[in-house]
Amino acid sequence: MKKEVFWRVVVARAYPRVMSIVRAARWTIGGTIVSLFYMAALVLIYKSINAPPEYYSFAILGSSLLSYWDNVVWNMGMQLYWDKEDGLLELYMIAPMNRMALLTGMALGGMTMTSVRAIMIFIVGVLLFKAPVVVQNPFHLTFAFFLALVALYGVGMAFASLFLMWGRQVWAVADILMEPVYTISGSYFPVKSLGHSLAFVASIIPLTFGLDAVRQAMFGSAWGLLPLPYEELFLAVYGVFYILLARYALRKMEYLAKVEGKLTLRWQ
Amino acid sequence: MPGDYAIETIDLWRVYKDREREVIALRDVNIKVKKGELFGVLGPNGAGKTTLIRILTTLLLPTRGEAYVYGYNVNGEEHKIRPIINLVSGGEFGGYGLLRVEENLWMFSQFYGIPTKEAKRRIRELAEKINFEDKLRAFVRDLSLGERQKMNIIRGFLSDPLVIFLDEPTLGLDVPTARIIRNFIKSWLRENPDRTVLLTTHYMLEAEELCDRIAIIDRGKIVAVGTVDDLRRLAGNYISATIEFYGTKPPEGIPGIKGANLREISPGHFRGKIVGMDESDIIEYVEAIIKAGGKLRFFRLQKPSLEDVFISLVGRGIEE
Repeated sequence: MKKEVFWRVVVARAYPRVMSIVRAARWTIGGTIVSLFYMAALVLIYKSINAPPEYYSFAILGSSLLSYWDNVVWNMGMQLYWDKEDGLLELYMIAPMNRMALLTGMALGGMTMTSVRAIMIFIVGVLLFKAPVVVQNPFHLTFAFFLALVALYGVGMAFASLFLMWGRQVWAVADILMEPVYTISGSYFPVKSLGHSLAFVASIIPLTFGLDAVRQAMFGSAWGLLPLPYEELFLAVYGVFYILLARYALRKMEYLAKVEGKLTLRWQ
Repeated sequence: MPGDYAIETIDLWRVYKDREREVIALRDVNIKVKKGELFGVLGPNGAGKTTLIRILTTLLLPTRGEAYVYGYNVNGEEHKIRPIINLVSGGEFGGYGLLRVEENLWMFSQFYGIPTKEAKRRIRELAEKINFEDKLRAFVRDLSLGERQKMNIIRGFLSDPLVIFLDEPTLGLDVPTARIIRNFIKSWLRENPDRTVLLTTHYMLEAEELCDRIAIIDRGKIVAVGTVDDLRRLAGNYISATIEFYGTKPPEGIPGIKGANLREISPGHFRGKIVGMDESDIIEYVEAIIKAGGKLRFFRLQKPSLEDVFISLVGRGIEE
Protein backbone atom coordinates (compact mmCIF):
# COMPACT_ATOMS: atom_id res chain seq x y z
CA MET A 1 0.00 0.00 0.00
CA LYS A 2 1.29 3.41 -0.94
CA LYS A 3 2.41 5.64 1.94
CA GLU A 4 0.03 8.37 0.81
CA VAL A 5 -2.98 6.05 1.01
CA PHE A 6 -1.81 4.73 4.39
CA TRP A 7 -1.84 8.25 5.82
CA ARG A 8 -5.18 9.05 4.17
CA VAL A 9 -6.67 6.14 6.12
CA VAL A 10 -4.94 7.26 9.33
CA VAL A 11 -6.29 10.80 9.04
CA ALA A 12 -9.77 9.62 8.06
CA ARG A 13 -10.07 7.20 10.97
CA ALA A 14 -8.64 9.74 13.44
CA TYR A 15 -11.16 12.33 12.25
CA PRO A 16 -14.27 11.16 14.18
CA ARG A 17 -12.28 11.06 17.42
CA VAL A 18 -10.82 14.50 16.89
CA MET A 19 -14.26 15.87 16.05
CA SER A 20 -15.64 14.34 19.24
CA ILE A 21 -13.56 16.85 21.25
CA VAL A 22 -16.00 19.54 20.19
CA ARG A 23 -19.11 17.56 19.29
CA ALA A 24 -19.08 15.34 22.37
CA ALA A 25 -17.59 17.98 24.68
CA ARG A 26 -19.88 17.04 27.54
CA TRP A 27 -18.25 13.60 27.67
CA THR A 28 -14.79 15.20 27.90
CA ILE A 29 -15.96 17.62 30.57
CA GLY A 30 -17.85 14.90 32.47
CA GLY A 31 -14.79 12.60 32.44
CA THR A 32 -12.58 15.46 33.61
CA ILE A 33 -14.88 16.27 36.52
CA VAL A 34 -14.98 12.63 37.68
CA SER A 35 -11.15 12.47 37.55
CA LEU A 36 -10.92 15.75 39.46
CA PHE A 37 -13.06 14.38 42.30
CA TYR A 38 -10.89 11.28 42.54
CA MET A 39 -7.73 13.34 42.43
CA ALA A 40 -9.05 15.80 45.03
CA ALA A 41 -9.72 12.94 47.44
CA LEU A 42 -6.13 11.72 47.11
CA VAL A 43 -4.60 15.20 47.47
CA LEU A 44 -6.69 15.81 50.59
CA ILE A 45 -5.54 12.48 52.05
CA TYR A 46 -1.91 13.43 51.33
CA LYS A 47 -2.49 16.82 52.96
CA SER A 48 -4.09 15.27 56.03
CA ILE A 49 -1.09 13.00 56.60
CA ASN A 50 1.37 15.84 55.91
CA ALA A 51 2.92 14.13 52.88
CA PRO A 52 5.54 16.17 50.97
CA PRO A 53 3.91 18.62 48.48
CA GLU A 54 5.42 16.63 45.59
CA TYR A 55 2.83 13.95 46.38
CA TYR A 56 0.03 16.37 45.44
CA SER A 57 1.73 16.71 42.08
CA PHE A 58 2.05 12.92 41.79
CA ALA A 59 -1.70 12.53 42.29
CA ILE A 60 -2.41 15.24 39.70
CA LEU A 61 0.09 13.82 37.22
CA GLY A 62 -1.25 10.29 37.78
CA SER A 63 -4.87 11.37 37.23
CA SER A 64 -3.85 13.19 34.12
CA LEU A 65 -1.94 10.26 32.60
CA LEU A 66 -4.56 7.72 33.65
CA SER A 67 -6.90 9.39 31.15
CA TYR A 68 -4.78 7.82 28.45
CA TRP A 69 -5.05 4.39 30.08
CA ASP A 70 -8.85 4.71 30.29
CA ASN A 71 -8.89 5.70 26.64
CA VAL A 72 -6.67 2.78 25.68
CA VAL A 73 -8.84 0.21 27.45
CA TRP A 74 -12.31 1.52 26.68
CA ASN A 75 -12.01 3.47 23.45
CA MET A 76 -9.24 1.55 21.74
CA GLY A 77 -9.88 -1.90 23.18
CA MET A 78 -13.62 -1.90 22.69
CA GLN A 79 -13.73 0.04 19.41
CA LEU A 80 -13.67 -2.88 16.96
CA TYR A 81 -16.29 -4.61 19.10
CA TRP A 82 -18.57 -1.56 18.80
CA ASP A 83 -17.77 -1.32 15.11
CA LYS A 84 -18.85 -4.93 14.71
CA GLU A 85 -22.10 -4.27 16.54
CA ASP A 86 -22.82 -1.31 14.25
CA GLY A 87 -21.98 -3.32 11.12
CA LEU A 88 -18.97 -1.10 10.37
CA LEU A 89 -16.31 -3.74 10.89
CA GLU A 90 -17.27 -5.65 7.74
CA LEU A 91 -17.06 -2.42 5.75
CA TYR A 92 -13.56 -1.90 7.12
CA MET A 93 -12.60 -5.47 6.29
CA ILE A 94 -13.65 -5.28 2.64
CA ALA A 95 -11.93 -1.93 2.06
CA PRO A 96 -8.57 -2.21 0.26
CA MET A 97 -6.67 -0.57 3.09
CA ASN A 98 -3.90 -1.52 5.45
CA ARG A 99 -5.58 -2.58 8.69
CA MET A 100 -2.69 -1.14 10.72
CA ALA A 101 -3.48 2.26 9.21
CA LEU A 102 -6.96 1.92 10.65
CA LEU A 103 -5.59 1.13 14.12
CA THR A 104 -3.01 3.91 13.86
CA GLY A 105 -5.79 6.35 13.04
CA MET A 106 -7.82 5.16 16.00
CA ALA A 107 -4.73 5.59 18.22
CA LEU A 108 -3.77 9.07 16.99
CA GLY A 109 -7.37 10.25 17.22
CA GLY A 110 -7.62 8.80 20.73
CA MET A 111 -4.37 10.49 21.82
CA THR A 112 -5.54 13.86 20.55
CA MET A 113 -8.95 13.50 22.15
CA THR A 114 -7.51 12.37 25.48
CA SER A 115 -4.79 15.01 25.56
CA VAL A 116 -7.50 17.65 25.91
CA ARG A 117 -8.86 15.86 28.98
CA ALA A 118 -5.37 15.18 30.41
CA ILE A 119 -4.29 18.81 30.02
CA MET A 120 -7.53 20.05 31.62
CA ILE A 121 -7.05 17.73 34.60
CA PHE A 122 -3.43 18.79 35.01
CA ILE A 123 -4.06 22.55 34.81
CA VAL A 124 -7.13 22.52 37.08
CA GLY A 125 -5.37 20.22 39.58
CA VAL A 126 -2.23 22.36 39.77
CA LEU A 127 -4.20 25.60 40.13
CA LEU A 128 -6.70 24.18 42.61
CA PHE A 129 -4.20 22.58 44.96
CA LYS A 130 -1.22 24.87 44.31
CA ALA A 131 0.87 21.79 43.61
CA PRO A 132 4.54 22.33 42.82
CA VAL A 133 5.43 21.76 39.18
CA VAL A 134 9.05 21.52 38.20
CA VAL A 135 10.58 20.10 35.07
CA GLN A 136 14.10 19.00 35.82
CA ASN A 137 14.73 17.50 32.41
CA PRO A 138 12.51 18.83 29.60
CA PHE A 139 14.12 16.63 26.94
CA HIS A 140 13.56 13.43 28.89
CA LEU A 141 10.07 14.57 29.85
CA THR A 142 9.11 14.93 26.18
CA PHE A 143 10.92 11.78 25.11
CA ALA A 144 9.56 9.60 27.93
CA PHE A 145 6.04 10.95 27.42
CA PHE A 146 6.23 10.19 23.70
CA LEU A 147 7.53 6.64 24.32
CA ALA A 148 4.86 6.07 26.99
CA LEU A 149 2.10 7.08 24.56
CA VAL A 150 3.48 4.83 21.80
CA ALA A 151 3.67 1.88 24.22
CA LEU A 152 0.23 2.56 25.72
CA TYR A 153 -1.50 2.91 22.38
CA GLY A 154 0.39 -0.16 21.16
CA VAL A 155 -1.39 -1.98 23.99
CA GLY A 156 -4.67 -0.40 22.84
CA MET A 157 -4.13 -1.52 19.25
CA ALA A 158 -3.49 -5.07 20.44
CA PHE A 159 -6.48 -4.95 22.80
CA ALA A 160 -8.76 -3.93 19.92
CA SER A 161 -8.41 -7.29 18.17
CA LEU A 162 -7.97 -9.37 21.32
CA PHE A 163 -11.11 -7.93 22.95
CA LEU A 164 -12.99 -8.69 19.73
CA MET A 165 -11.79 -12.31 19.72
CA TRP A 166 -12.52 -12.88 23.41
CA GLY A 167 -15.92 -11.22 23.30
CA ARG A 168 -17.95 -9.44 25.93
CA GLN A 169 -16.56 -11.34 28.94
CA VAL A 170 -13.23 -9.58 28.55
CA TRP A 171 -15.07 -6.32 29.11
CA ALA A 172 -16.05 -7.42 32.61
CA VAL A 173 -12.49 -8.60 33.31
CA ALA A 174 -11.05 -5.28 32.15
CA ASP A 175 -13.54 -3.45 34.35
CA ILE A 176 -12.56 -5.50 37.41
CA LEU A 177 -8.85 -4.93 36.76
CA MET A 178 -9.08 -1.15 36.39
CA GLU A 179 -8.66 -0.26 40.07
CA PRO A 180 -5.84 -2.77 40.75
CA VAL A 181 -4.03 -1.41 37.70
CA TYR A 182 -4.42 2.15 38.99
CA THR A 183 -2.85 1.04 42.26
CA ILE A 184 0.00 -1.19 41.21
CA SER A 185 1.09 1.01 38.33
CA GLY A 186 1.95 3.68 40.90
CA SER A 187 -0.42 6.18 39.41
CA TYR A 188 -0.72 8.28 42.56
CA PHE A 189 2.62 7.61 44.28
CA PRO A 190 6.15 6.52 43.31
CA VAL A 191 5.88 2.88 42.27
CA LYS A 192 9.04 1.91 44.12
CA SER A 193 7.07 2.38 47.37
CA LEU A 194 5.44 -0.97 46.53
CA GLY A 195 8.79 -2.75 46.82
CA HIS A 196 10.91 -3.80 43.88
CA SER A 197 9.31 -7.23 43.32
CA LEU A 198 5.73 -5.97 43.02
CA ALA A 199 6.89 -2.92 41.08
CA PHE A 200 8.60 -5.09 38.49
CA VAL A 201 5.52 -7.29 38.15
CA ALA A 202 3.47 -4.12 37.67
CA SER A 203 5.84 -2.93 34.97
CA ILE A 204 4.39 -5.50 32.52
CA ILE A 205 1.93 -2.70 31.86
CA PRO A 206 3.73 0.14 30.05
CA LEU A 207 1.71 2.56 32.16
CA THR A 208 3.98 1.80 35.15
CA PHE A 209 7.27 2.75 33.48
CA GLY A 210 5.53 5.55 31.60
CA LEU A 211 4.33 7.21 34.78
CA ASP A 212 7.59 6.58 36.59
CA ALA A 213 9.68 7.97 33.74
CA VAL A 214 7.58 11.13 33.44
CA ARG A 215 7.68 11.56 37.24
CA GLN A 216 11.47 11.23 37.21
CA ALA A 217 11.88 13.69 34.35
CA MET A 218 9.81 16.21 36.31
CA PHE A 219 10.82 15.69 39.91
CA GLY A 220 14.18 13.95 39.75
CA SER A 221 15.60 10.45 39.84
CA ALA A 222 15.17 10.06 43.61
CA TRP A 223 11.56 9.03 42.99
CA GLY A 224 12.31 6.51 40.22
CA LEU A 225 12.26 2.72 40.14
CA LEU A 226 15.03 2.36 37.54
CA PRO A 227 17.38 4.95 36.03
CA LEU A 228 15.45 7.03 33.51
CA PRO A 229 17.28 5.82 30.34
CA TYR A 230 16.52 2.20 31.29
CA GLU A 231 12.85 2.97 31.71
CA GLU A 232 12.86 4.73 28.34
CA LEU A 233 14.50 1.69 26.79
CA PHE A 234 11.84 -0.58 28.30
CA LEU A 235 9.11 1.71 26.98
CA ALA A 236 10.62 1.63 23.49
CA VAL A 237 10.77 -2.18 23.60
CA TYR A 238 7.18 -2.33 24.86
CA GLY A 239 6.09 -0.02 22.05
CA VAL A 240 7.60 -2.27 19.38
CA PHE A 241 6.35 -5.45 21.08
CA TYR A 242 2.74 -4.31 21.46
CA ILE A 243 2.53 -2.91 17.95
CA LEU A 244 3.80 -6.24 16.58
CA LEU A 245 1.31 -8.03 18.84
CA ALA A 246 -1.44 -5.78 17.46
CA ARG A 247 -0.46 -6.73 13.92
CA TYR A 248 -0.48 -10.42 14.79
CA ALA A 249 -3.81 -10.18 16.66
CA LEU A 250 -5.40 -8.34 13.76
CA ARG A 251 -4.34 -11.04 11.30
CA LYS A 252 -5.51 -13.75 13.67
CA MET A 253 -8.84 -11.97 14.09
CA GLU A 254 -9.29 -11.69 10.32
CA TYR A 255 -8.36 -15.35 9.89
CA LEU A 256 -10.90 -16.45 12.51
CA ALA A 257 -13.50 -14.22 10.90
CA LYS A 258 -12.98 -15.77 7.49
CA VAL A 259 -12.55 -19.39 8.46
CA GLU A 260 -15.00 -19.73 11.33
CA GLY A 261 -17.42 -17.08 10.15
CA LYS A 262 -17.17 -15.23 13.43
CA LEU A 263 -16.27 -11.78 14.62
CA THR A 264 -17.26 -9.64 11.67
CA LEU A 265 -20.85 -10.85 11.83
CA ARG A 266 -23.14 -8.86 14.09
CA TRP A 267 -25.01 -11.85 15.40
CA GLN A 268 -21.97 -13.95 16.32
CA MET B 1 -12.55 -20.02 -17.35
CA PRO B 2 -12.44 -17.71 -14.32
CA GLY B 3 -12.02 -14.14 -15.54
CA ASP B 4 -14.56 -14.41 -18.33
CA TYR B 5 -17.24 -13.73 -15.77
CA ALA B 6 -17.62 -10.95 -13.21
CA ILE B 7 -18.55 -13.59 -10.63
CA GLU B 8 -18.19 -17.33 -10.76
CA THR B 9 -18.68 -19.98 -8.11
CA ILE B 10 -17.78 -23.62 -8.59
CA ASP B 11 -19.29 -26.32 -6.33
CA LEU B 12 -19.34 -23.84 -3.47
CA TRP B 13 -20.12 -25.05 0.05
CA ARG B 14 -20.16 -23.19 3.33
CA VAL B 15 -20.72 -24.97 6.60
CA TYR B 16 -20.87 -23.19 9.96
CA LYS B 17 -19.79 -25.32 12.87
CA ASP B 18 -19.88 -24.81 16.57
CA ARG B 19 -19.68 -27.19 19.51
CA GLU B 20 -23.32 -28.23 19.34
CA ARG B 21 -24.32 -28.17 15.71
CA GLU B 22 -23.38 -27.90 12.09
CA VAL B 23 -25.33 -25.65 9.74
CA ILE B 24 -25.00 -25.97 5.98
CA ALA B 25 -25.46 -22.43 4.70
CA LEU B 26 -24.51 -23.11 1.07
CA ARG B 27 -24.47 -26.42 -0.74
CA ASP B 28 -22.95 -26.98 -4.14
CA VAL B 29 -23.62 -23.48 -5.45
CA ASN B 30 -22.67 -22.89 -9.08
CA ILE B 31 -23.36 -19.48 -10.59
CA LYS B 32 -21.85 -17.51 -13.43
CA VAL B 33 -22.55 -13.78 -13.57
CA LYS B 34 -21.62 -11.98 -16.77
CA LYS B 35 -19.88 -8.60 -16.75
CA GLY B 36 -22.48 -5.83 -17.00
CA GLU B 37 -25.27 -7.98 -15.64
CA LEU B 38 -27.66 -7.25 -12.80
CA PHE B 39 -27.95 -10.65 -11.21
CA GLY B 40 -30.48 -11.33 -8.50
CA VAL B 41 -30.40 -13.94 -5.78
CA LEU B 42 -33.90 -14.52 -4.55
CA GLY B 43 -34.69 -16.54 -1.49
CA PRO B 44 -36.36 -16.51 1.92
CA ASN B 45 -34.57 -15.40 5.10
CA GLY B 46 -31.88 -17.91 6.03
CA ALA B 47 -31.62 -19.32 2.50
CA GLY B 48 -27.88 -18.51 2.26
CA LYS B 49 -28.00 -15.21 0.33
CA THR B 50 -25.90 -13.25 2.83
CA THR B 51 -23.40 -16.09 3.22
CA LEU B 52 -22.90 -16.09 -0.56
CA ILE B 53 -22.29 -12.34 -0.50
CA ARG B 54 -19.88 -12.64 2.44
CA ILE B 55 -17.81 -15.16 0.52
CA LEU B 56 -17.78 -13.07 -2.65
CA THR B 57 -16.82 -9.91 -0.72
CA THR B 58 -13.86 -11.75 0.90
CA LEU B 59 -15.33 -11.66 4.40
CA LEU B 60 -15.69 -15.44 4.59
CA LEU B 61 -13.88 -18.41 3.10
CA PRO B 62 -15.71 -21.28 1.43
CA THR B 63 -15.67 -24.60 3.26
CA ARG B 64 -15.36 -26.34 -0.13
CA GLY B 65 -15.33 -25.23 -3.74
CA GLU B 66 -14.15 -22.03 -5.35
CA ALA B 67 -15.38 -18.51 -5.87
CA TYR B 68 -13.98 -15.89 -8.22
CA VAL B 69 -14.61 -12.19 -8.67
CA TYR B 70 -13.27 -10.84 -11.98
CA GLY B 71 -11.16 -13.97 -12.16
CA TYR B 72 -9.56 -13.46 -8.75
CA ASN B 73 -9.93 -16.24 -6.21
CA VAL B 74 -11.57 -15.13 -2.94
CA ASN B 75 -9.17 -17.49 -1.22
CA GLY B 76 -5.75 -15.89 -1.61
CA GLU B 77 -6.37 -12.95 -3.95
CA GLU B 78 -8.47 -10.79 -1.65
CA HIS B 79 -6.10 -7.85 -2.17
CA LYS B 80 -6.99 -7.84 -5.88
CA ILE B 81 -10.73 -8.15 -5.29
CA ARG B 82 -11.20 -5.49 -2.60
CA PRO B 83 -10.27 -2.45 -4.73
CA ILE B 84 -12.86 -3.37 -7.37
CA ILE B 85 -15.87 -4.24 -5.19
CA ASN B 86 -18.15 -2.63 -2.65
CA LEU B 87 -21.02 -3.75 -0.49
CA VAL B 88 -24.26 -2.19 0.73
CA SER B 89 -26.45 -4.12 3.17
CA GLY B 90 -29.98 -3.34 4.20
CA GLY B 91 -30.39 -2.10 7.75
CA GLU B 92 -26.72 -1.22 8.29
CA PHE B 93 -25.93 1.77 10.51
CA GLY B 94 -23.10 2.80 8.26
CA GLY B 95 -21.24 5.44 10.20
CA TYR B 96 -20.46 7.45 13.29
CA GLY B 97 -23.37 9.43 14.71
CA LEU B 98 -21.36 12.52 15.56
CA LEU B 99 -20.15 12.99 11.99
CA ARG B 100 -22.06 14.85 9.34
CA VAL B 101 -23.18 12.72 6.39
CA GLU B 102 -20.60 14.26 4.03
CA GLU B 103 -17.82 13.77 6.59
CA ASN B 104 -18.80 10.14 7.09
CA LEU B 105 -18.80 9.53 3.34
CA TRP B 106 -15.48 11.30 2.98
CA MET B 107 -14.04 9.02 5.69
CA PHE B 108 -15.01 5.92 3.72
CA SER B 109 -13.69 7.43 0.48
CA GLN B 110 -10.27 7.71 2.11
CA PHE B 111 -10.26 3.97 2.80
CA TYR B 112 -10.30 3.56 -0.98
CA GLY B 113 -7.55 6.14 -1.49
CA ILE B 114 -9.78 8.64 -3.32
CA PRO B 115 -8.33 12.19 -3.22
CA THR B 116 -10.47 14.51 -1.09
CA LYS B 117 -11.46 16.85 -3.93
CA GLU B 118 -12.57 13.98 -6.14
CA ALA B 119 -14.39 12.32 -3.22
CA LYS B 120 -16.36 15.50 -2.51
CA ARG B 121 -17.31 15.81 -6.19
CA ARG B 122 -18.54 12.21 -6.28
CA ILE B 123 -20.48 12.61 -3.03
CA ARG B 124 -22.35 15.67 -4.43
CA GLU B 125 -23.01 13.95 -7.75
CA LEU B 126 -24.39 10.78 -6.18
CA ALA B 127 -26.42 12.74 -3.63
CA GLU B 128 -28.08 14.71 -6.41
CA LYS B 129 -29.06 11.50 -8.17
CA ILE B 130 -30.96 10.19 -5.16
CA ASN B 131 -32.36 13.54 -3.96
CA PHE B 132 -30.14 13.63 -0.90
CA GLU B 133 -28.18 16.87 -1.29
CA ASP B 134 -30.10 18.58 1.50
CA LYS B 135 -29.01 15.93 4.00
CA LEU B 136 -25.28 16.04 3.40
CA ARG B 137 -24.78 18.50 6.29
CA ALA B 138 -27.03 16.55 8.65
CA PHE B 139 -25.55 14.47 11.46
CA VAL B 140 -25.60 10.71 10.87
CA ARG B 141 -27.33 10.20 14.23
CA ASP B 142 -30.28 12.33 13.06
CA LEU B 143 -31.03 10.34 9.91
CA SER B 144 -34.13 8.21 9.50
CA LEU B 145 -33.81 4.60 8.34
CA GLY B 146 -34.50 5.54 4.72
CA GLU B 147 -32.08 8.47 4.81
CA ARG B 148 -29.41 6.29 6.34
CA GLN B 149 -29.85 3.76 3.56
CA LYS B 150 -29.50 6.52 0.97
CA MET B 151 -26.20 7.46 2.67
CA ASN B 152 -25.11 3.83 2.50
CA ILE B 153 -25.97 3.67 -1.18
CA ILE B 154 -23.73 6.70 -1.81
CA ARG B 155 -20.98 5.05 0.27
CA GLY B 156 -21.19 1.87 -1.76
CA PHE B 157 -21.07 3.55 -5.17
CA LEU B 158 -18.52 6.21 -4.13
CA SER B 159 -15.56 3.98 -4.90
CA ASP B 160 -16.91 3.41 -8.43
CA PRO B 161 -16.74 -0.38 -8.07
CA LEU B 162 -16.62 -2.82 -10.98
CA VAL B 163 -18.83 -5.16 -8.98
CA ILE B 164 -21.25 -4.01 -6.32
CA PHE B 165 -22.98 -6.36 -3.91
CA LEU B 166 -26.35 -5.18 -2.67
CA ASP B 167 -27.61 -7.32 0.18
CA GLU B 168 -31.34 -6.61 0.62
CA PRO B 169 -30.73 -2.89 -0.06
CA THR B 170 -34.37 -1.88 0.31
CA LEU B 171 -35.07 -3.93 3.44
CA GLY B 172 -37.60 -2.18 5.66
CA LEU B 173 -37.73 0.99 3.55
CA ASP B 174 -40.84 2.96 2.70
CA VAL B 175 -42.14 2.65 -0.87
CA PRO B 176 -40.87 6.02 -2.23
CA THR B 177 -37.34 5.53 -0.84
CA ALA B 178 -37.18 1.95 -2.15
CA ARG B 179 -38.30 3.23 -5.55
CA ILE B 180 -35.60 5.95 -5.58
CA ILE B 181 -32.95 3.37 -4.77
CA ARG B 182 -34.19 0.94 -7.42
CA ASN B 183 -34.27 3.69 -10.03
CA PHE B 184 -30.78 4.76 -9.07
CA ILE B 185 -29.43 1.23 -9.47
CA LYS B 186 -31.00 0.98 -12.93
CA SER B 187 -29.67 4.36 -14.06
CA TRP B 188 -26.17 3.60 -12.70
CA LEU B 189 -26.03 0.45 -14.78
CA ARG B 190 -27.30 2.31 -17.85
CA GLU B 191 -24.54 4.90 -17.45
CA ASN B 192 -21.92 2.24 -16.64
CA PRO B 193 -22.82 -0.76 -18.79
CA ASP B 194 -19.60 -2.61 -17.94
CA ARG B 195 -20.37 -2.70 -14.19
CA THR B 196 -21.95 -5.66 -12.47
CA VAL B 197 -24.49 -5.80 -9.66
CA LEU B 198 -25.27 -8.80 -7.52
CA LEU B 199 -28.47 -8.14 -5.63
CA THR B 200 -30.02 -10.33 -2.97
CA THR B 201 -33.63 -9.80 -2.08
CA HIS B 202 -36.69 -11.54 -0.84
CA TYR B 203 -38.96 -9.04 -2.57
CA MET B 204 -40.36 -10.71 -5.71
CA LEU B 205 -41.31 -7.46 -7.42
CA GLU B 206 -37.86 -5.99 -6.83
CA ALA B 207 -36.21 -9.02 -8.41
CA GLU B 208 -38.67 -8.96 -11.30
CA GLU B 209 -38.22 -5.23 -11.92
CA LEU B 210 -34.43 -5.02 -11.65
CA CYS B 211 -32.72 -8.26 -12.52
CA ASP B 212 -31.45 -9.48 -15.89
CA ARG B 213 -31.26 -12.97 -14.43
CA ILE B 214 -32.30 -14.46 -11.14
CA ALA B 215 -31.07 -17.40 -9.11
CA ILE B 216 -33.61 -18.87 -6.73
CA ILE B 217 -31.95 -20.13 -3.58
CA ASP B 218 -33.51 -22.24 -0.85
CA ARG B 219 -31.81 -23.89 2.14
CA GLY B 220 -28.39 -23.09 0.67
CA LYS B 221 -29.08 -24.63 -2.74
CA ILE B 222 -29.68 -22.89 -6.06
CA VAL B 223 -32.89 -24.43 -7.36
CA ALA B 224 -33.20 -22.47 -10.63
CA VAL B 225 -31.38 -19.77 -12.62
CA GLY B 226 -32.63 -17.74 -15.55
CA THR B 227 -34.36 -14.61 -16.75
CA VAL B 228 -37.81 -13.89 -15.35
CA ASP B 229 -39.28 -15.30 -18.58
CA ASP B 230 -37.09 -18.43 -18.35
CA LEU B 231 -38.28 -18.98 -14.81
CA ARG B 232 -41.89 -18.42 -15.81
CA ARG B 233 -41.48 -21.00 -18.53
CA LEU B 234 -40.27 -23.44 -15.89
CA ALA B 235 -43.71 -23.14 -14.38
CA GLY B 236 -45.33 -22.71 -17.77
CA ASN B 237 -47.60 -25.73 -17.55
CA TYR B 238 -48.62 -24.97 -14.02
CA ILE B 239 -51.57 -22.96 -12.92
CA SER B 240 -51.94 -20.89 -9.81
CA ALA B 241 -54.86 -19.66 -7.78
CA THR B 242 -55.37 -16.92 -5.27
CA ILE B 243 -57.61 -18.22 -2.54
CA GLU B 244 -59.21 -16.99 0.67
CA PHE B 245 -61.25 -19.22 2.98
CA TYR B 246 -62.43 -19.92 6.54
CA GLY B 247 -61.66 -23.37 7.91
CA THR B 248 -58.54 -25.49 8.26
CA LYS B 249 -55.52 -25.90 6.00
CA PRO B 250 -55.75 -29.07 3.87
CA PRO B 251 -52.99 -31.59 4.62
CA GLU B 252 -49.80 -31.36 2.57
CA GLY B 253 -49.09 -33.94 -0.09
CA ILE B 254 -52.16 -33.60 -2.31
CA PRO B 255 -50.96 -35.06 -5.63
CA GLY B 256 -50.52 -32.43 -8.33
CA ILE B 257 -50.18 -29.53 -5.91
CA LYS B 258 -46.67 -28.12 -6.33
CA GLY B 259 -46.82 -25.75 -3.40
CA ALA B 260 -48.95 -23.49 -1.27
CA ASN B 261 -48.30 -20.20 0.44
CA LEU B 262 -51.22 -19.69 2.81
CA ARG B 263 -51.16 -17.22 5.68
CA GLU B 264 -53.55 -17.38 8.60
CA ILE B 265 -54.58 -13.74 8.76
CA SER B 266 -56.88 -14.35 11.73
CA PRO B 267 -57.75 -17.60 13.54
CA GLY B 268 -59.29 -19.97 10.97
CA HIS B 269 -59.09 -17.36 8.20
CA PHE B 270 -56.54 -18.13 5.44
CA ARG B 271 -55.39 -16.22 2.40
CA GLY B 272 -52.69 -16.98 -0.16
CA LYS B 273 -51.68 -18.83 -3.26
CA ILE B 274 -51.57 -22.41 -4.44
CA VAL B 275 -49.76 -23.74 -7.49
CA GLY B 276 -50.89 -26.95 -9.20
CA MET B 277 -50.11 -29.04 -12.26
CA ASP B 278 -53.51 -28.21 -13.79
CA GLU B 279 -56.97 -26.90 -12.95
CA SER B 280 -58.25 -30.24 -11.67
CA ASP B 281 -55.51 -30.32 -9.00
CA ILE B 282 -56.49 -26.87 -7.78
CA ILE B 283 -60.17 -27.90 -7.70
CA GLU B 284 -59.27 -31.03 -5.73
CA TYR B 285 -57.47 -28.80 -3.23
CA VAL B 286 -60.48 -26.50 -2.88
CA GLU B 287 -62.79 -29.50 -2.47
CA ALA B 288 -60.59 -30.77 0.34
CA ILE B 289 -61.08 -27.43 2.12
CA ILE B 290 -64.86 -27.55 1.69
CA LYS B 291 -65.09 -31.24 2.71
CA ALA B 292 -63.29 -30.36 5.95
CA GLY B 293 -66.04 -27.83 6.71
CA GLY B 294 -64.31 -24.81 5.25
CA LYS B 295 -66.04 -21.90 3.56
CA LEU B 296 -64.59 -20.34 0.40
CA ARG B 297 -64.52 -16.54 0.38
CA PHE B 298 -62.46 -15.73 -2.72
CA PHE B 299 -61.02 -17.78 -5.57
CA ARG B 300 -59.26 -16.80 -8.80
CA LEU B 301 -57.23 -18.84 -11.29
CA GLN B 302 -54.30 -17.10 -13.03
CA LYS B 303 -51.11 -17.53 -15.09
CA PRO B 304 -48.01 -18.14 -12.95
CA SER B 305 -46.09 -15.10 -11.65
CA LEU B 306 -42.52 -15.13 -10.30
CA GLU B 307 -43.99 -15.76 -6.88
CA ASP B 308 -45.80 -18.83 -8.27
CA VAL B 309 -42.56 -20.02 -9.84
CA PHE B 310 -40.93 -19.72 -6.43
CA ILE B 311 -43.75 -21.64 -4.74
CA SER B 312 -43.67 -24.37 -7.37
CA LEU B 313 -39.88 -24.77 -7.10
CA VAL B 314 -39.55 -24.50 -3.34
CA GLY B 315 -42.93 -25.80 -2.23
CA ARG B 316 -43.72 -22.79 -0.04
CA GLY B 317 -43.84 -19.01 -0.09
CA ILE B 318 -40.83 -16.73 0.29
CA GLU B 319 -42.12 -15.15 3.49
CA GLU B 320 -42.56 -18.47 5.33
